Amino acid sequence: MSAAIITSDKVVQMTSGAAATPVRAANEAAPVVPPVVAAASREPRTPVSEILLNIFKAVFPPIAGMVLLIAVWALLAGSGGSIPGPLPVWEAAKVLFADPFYNNGPNDLGIGWNVLSSLQRVGIGFGFAALVGIPLGFIIGRFAFMNAMLDPIISLLRPVSPLAWLPIGLLVFKQADPAATWTIFICSIWPMIINTAVGVQRVPQDYMNVARVLDLSEWKIVTKILFPSVLPYMLTGIRLSIGTAWLVIVAAEMLTGGVGIGFWVWDEWNNLKVEHIIIAIFVIGIVGLLLEQFLLLLARRFSYGNS
Amino acid sequence: MSKVIVKVENAGMSFDTKKGKFVALRDIDLTIAEGEFVTLIGHSGCGKSTLLNLIAGLTLPTSGNLFCDGREIAGPGPERAVVFQNHSLLPWLTCRENVLLAVERVFGRKEGKGKLKARAEAALEMVHMDHALDKLPHEISGGMKQRVGIARAFAMEPKILLMDEPFGALDALTRASLQDELNGVMEKTGATVVMVTHDVDEAVLLSDRIVMMTNGPAATIGEILEVKLARPRDRLKLAHDHDFVEYRAALLEFLYQKQVKKAA
Repeated sequence: MSAAIITSDKVVQMTSGAAATPVRAANEAAPVVPPVVAAASREPRTPVSEILLNIFKAVFPPIAGMVLLIAVWALLAGSGGSIPGPLPVWEAAKVLFADPFYNNGPNDLGIGWNVLSSLQRVGIGFGFAALVGIPLGFIIGRFAFMNAMLDPIISLLRPVSPLAWLPIGLLVFKQADPAATWTIFICSIWPMIINTAVGVQRVPQDYMNVARVLDLSEWKIVTKILFPSVLPYMLTGIRLSIGTAWLVIVAAEMLTGGVGIGFWVWDEWNNLKVEHIIIAIFVIGIVGLLLEQFLLLLARRFSYGNS
Repeated sequence: MSKVIVKVENAGMSFDTKKGKFVALRDIDLTIAEGEFVTLIGHSGCGKSTLLNLIAGLTLPTSGNLFCDGREIAGPGPERAVVFQNHSLLPWLTCRENVLLAVERVFGRKEGKGKLKARAEAALEMVHMDHALDKLPHEISGGMKQRVGIARAFAMEPKILLMDEPFGALDALTRASLQDELNGVMEKTGATVVMVTHDVDEAVLLSDRIVMMTNGPAATIGEILEVKLARPRDRLKLAHDHDFVEYRAALLEFLYQKQVKKAA
């Protein structure tokens, strides 16, 4: 690739960076469910022992991981200190999830409302970021001049923690809620710009030659060649953005207050309900995992067998 | 001689590399008449694909001039359709849509949707791909993809068809059947074709003239062989045909005696 901002290592960097790590922890929680399904749909011909072995192979490692996590946790909790162990947290969770959508006024809402409100902020901020970032990525990828012009700006602003933009948001919007959304916008926009631009620059030369020989209009080039070809890259950008946005919203809400899972964590800290904080950590992890899995599913739908 | 379609005058091509100027092609003079099938043959790296790209307008010469139908070639255009070696079908479009994309560009202003679709389907039928109109490229074999690539080029009704080793990536049996297919299409349409190949049999079987290129760097036209075999040509009968064997020998002699490729 040319002397562009958009180099491959940046993309890799973003993948292996913060977005991927926290999801990991929750990853081990999910696959406990499948064995029932697998056992039900077994084929009569394969010997039962083999099926059981396969199920064991698929299910044992994740369960072992979960058990290890809980064991370490119980050990830490048991060795003194104030961290509640797995059992008290489980008891607290049963009470909490018995009515996740209760409403005792704006300062005392169920955990369900808090998660939904965080998701709504992420959705709005992310949506605006997509509206701006994707077209911008196309322009940067397509025109070397724009690339050279915007490269220094993006390089300068991208490493800045989105929370540093929060005061600017508060200043401009005069309200906490849009300020939090604004931070989400800022943190979501970079992966989308960069991945879209990389995608555009990596459109195979063969396809561009086809476009040149057919002398296609710029509109046809965009709709028939660039867009489908860039789509997988764009979806990667979207996935990274959502991951980062979900990380940032917790911190942003801690600062802005109001309703939201981040605020809820802070509120429970002030109430010294540490069980609830641990529950929140699991909830945040699981929601992040679900978002990621949904976008991976979407990406698989749009990856063409390029052979 | 019939109407001249492509005229190459004293064309040369050089690239600026880190080690200085690299001359790929020099002093190319060539005219191609309407309805003619011309093959460019030579060892790899002799610049035959470069010459084809010059005619296609995908690259511009650093010296000399090229004309298509009397007008200077300043860039690619649909009157010079290209069949790429790796078929270059768009993987998200079905066979019909791939051909339609080309047809729309050429005839879209004058003709309605139904007529355009009929054109695309007729082109696919000509290469016997009408059974796979709605298949995506990754669902069909390599030979079939190349048939669709050829259909896409023919559907544009170009003045000249440029083929860059169109059968190079195919196995020998598939290649033979596609050569016969191409011969059949040529009989029907009387199209003008320039094809790059390194397959001696393919060159003799298909061509009216074979342009033999010297080895690069600074490659140029070595000899031109006129193939005066009657059409339609049948590969089985030609295998024992005296003239065919002679033409083949002349090509081999040029490639392996006069232009010995230094060990790579």
